[in-house]
Amino acid sequence: MAKEIYSRYPLIKYLRKEALPTALCPGCGGGTVLNAFANAVDQLKIDPKDLVVVSGIGCSAWIASPYFLADTLHTTHGRAIAFATGVKVGLPDKKVVVISGDGDLASIGGNHLLHAARRNIDITVILVNNFIYGMTGGQVAPTTPFGAKTTTSPYRNIEHPLQISETIAAAGASYVARWTTAHVYQLIESIKKAIQVKGFSLVEVISQCPVQFGRRNRMKEPAEMLRWYLKNSVPISKAKNMSPEELEGKFVIGEFVNRERPEFVTELNKLIDEVQEHFGLKGE
Amino acid sequence: MIIRGDEPEQIRLIKKLYKPGNYFMQGNEAVAYGALFAGCRFYAGYPITPSSEIAETMARELPKLGGYYLQMEDEIGSIAAMVGASWTGFKVMTATAGPGFSLMQENLGYAVMTETPLVLVDVQRSGPSTGQATKGAQGDFFQARWGTHGDHPIVALSPTSGQDAFWETIRAFNIAEKLRTPVVVLFDGVLAHTREQIRIPPIEEVEIAYRKLPQNDEEAKLPFGDPHGDGVPPMPLFGHGYFTHVTGSTHKENGLRDVYTPEVHDRLVRRIHRKIEGNRHVYEKYEEHFTDDAEILVVSWGVTARPALGAVLKAREGGIKAGLFVPKTVHPFPAERMRQLGKKVRAVLVAEMNLGQMIIEVERYLNDDVLLKGVNKIGGVPLTVEEILREIRGVA
Repeated sequence: MAKEIYSRYPLIKYLRKEALPTALCPGCGGGTVLNAFANAVDQLKIDPKDLVVVSGIGCSAWIASPYFLADTLHTTHGRAIAFATGVKVGLPDKKVVVISGDGDLASIGGNHLLHAARRNIDITVILVNNFIYGMTGGQVAPTTPFGAKTTTSPYRNIEHPLQISETIAAAGASYVARWTTAHVYQLIESIKKAIQVKGFSLVEVISQCPVQFGRRNRMKEPAEMLRWYLKNSVPISKAKNMSPEELEGKFVIGEFVNRERPEFVTELNKLIDEVQEHFGLKGE
Repeated sequence: MIIRGDEPEQIRLIKKLYKPGNYFMQGNEAVAYGALFAGCRFYAGYPITPSSEIAETMARELPKLGGYYLQMEDEIGSIAAMVGASWTGFKVMTATAGPGFSLMQENLGYAVMTETPLVLVDVQRSGPSTGQATKGAQGDFFQARWGTHGDHPIVALSPTSGQDAFWETIRAFNIAEKLRTPVVVLFDGVLAHTREQIRIPPIEEVEIAYRKLPQNDEEAKLPFGDPHGDGVPPMPLFGHGYFTHVTGSTHKENGLRDVYTPEVHDRLVRRIHRKIEGNRHVYEKYEEHFTDDAEILVVSWGVTARPALGAVLKAREGGIKAGLFVPKTVHPFPAERMRQLGKKVRAVLVAEMNLGQMIIEVERYLNDDVLLKGVNKIGGVPLTVEEILREIRGVA
């Protein structure tokens, strides 16, 4: 059965077949994200030889590493963006994409995320936000909604969630968008834009984890979680006219920023050129 | 595939920029110039006393050579960026000190497990914790060896002067490249800030090694295999269409994760150990003075090896048959030579700027009939010739 599905899936050419089937739970949003990413790569006609995918630790880190057939660097917890920074400086002509989760990139890795956005290095980050630590067993995350239950907030979460897209837009990224796994076509379009933008780009995908999050918050079916996303999603244009009280518990979706700013590796190379020129070191 | 730093253009730039001759410079600057001569063209770091002049020199000199200086947001990000850059073909380095070295430990383990060449200079300072931030010490001997988790081998070198630091940094790069492994340079705050005469040689005098690259598609498909039987797999660099998968988790020869099969983990970790242990000729190095007829042996390393030599010379003047053994590669320890020397002497003094670290390693290779004593000093001030001499006289 599984073999038939894989052989008929048109984007199978982008996957590392020997690593399949995936380790993701049934109903996980990770498959949707992988599908959207493969579609974006396919539609942009990017040769996977021109891609390096970097990920950290956790369920979402597995989405593209090892499953996507490209050079893949599976790193330590929270550090994917810092590893990717070194890769991008070494391979400025390749597309460097980080795919990992909210716990990985925004919690332990929050500092690298902020500073990569500030530097505006040309890396695309697909941040899969499922509001929880999935792989370690459903503990509270910095993105867990206020009042939600997890294994380490068994009564209710009394901390406020980090608004990742808003934060990274403020930090200086060139492109920031947020969608949910219930907005697949918008998600693909945003990933395409993010990959093409020259600068730091973040696509935050709110993604269902029925096993660890849904089950403990009265949404044990994946479909229930998708309905929750659809019902509570507010387009950013509309959200601008809403009060913080009205936005409580809502998911603001859409493009947060799309702007041009000097890009880090380009500036670094420009600086090297200027220095070599200044000291008369250019080829003779 | 190209390892940056070896192009004729680079040699031309080095020749144009750095005229051979004697210069008056800090140990830290000597480390930086050693790195540049060895072909380092990527430095990612985070400033910390007493290592900062290495970063400053690299920030100033690297762009001239077309190389990259990145000041990252912290030490963890620095070593992470180095690993990323190393997989694209750069020779990479960072420099740090005690607390920063602690932060780098996790990704140092990652570099061991993924067999990523890099050079990490730890300019040791007084600790624990922030300790005496501006003072030198030799307290990271075991942090270098056992700082990260799991069973891992490590190669660590320790220069004894600014001039030595220039050459030992180059040697660190060559070992990292030949064995596809991270190499730690245990420098110290005293030598780092001591200004002395340092000779910059013509580039032709410098041996420059490069990592093994896959010779065909078969080799490239096994980035963690052992096609040549020396334990060192060729490294397929990113961006060349090999679709290499690199993970710090236990992986098979093809790079894919397998954390469930005991044999896979056993095979991988034992090969990484064998790669280091089995290639001692690549990195083993020590210095000896008057060991032929010595009855009292002083063992010392790094900065302390200099007053130790002074003390041995003075002891000889006074008719005491003292000798000096200085491991230059401190991990893996030159065990065999230590064992041989231990059989010939009646007393061994281990002089170091800590409360006794290398002495634990030395003790493992001595018989019970040898008197073993530590000559230790902490507080940020190096041991003096007199202090070591007094101890030699005490056992003479």
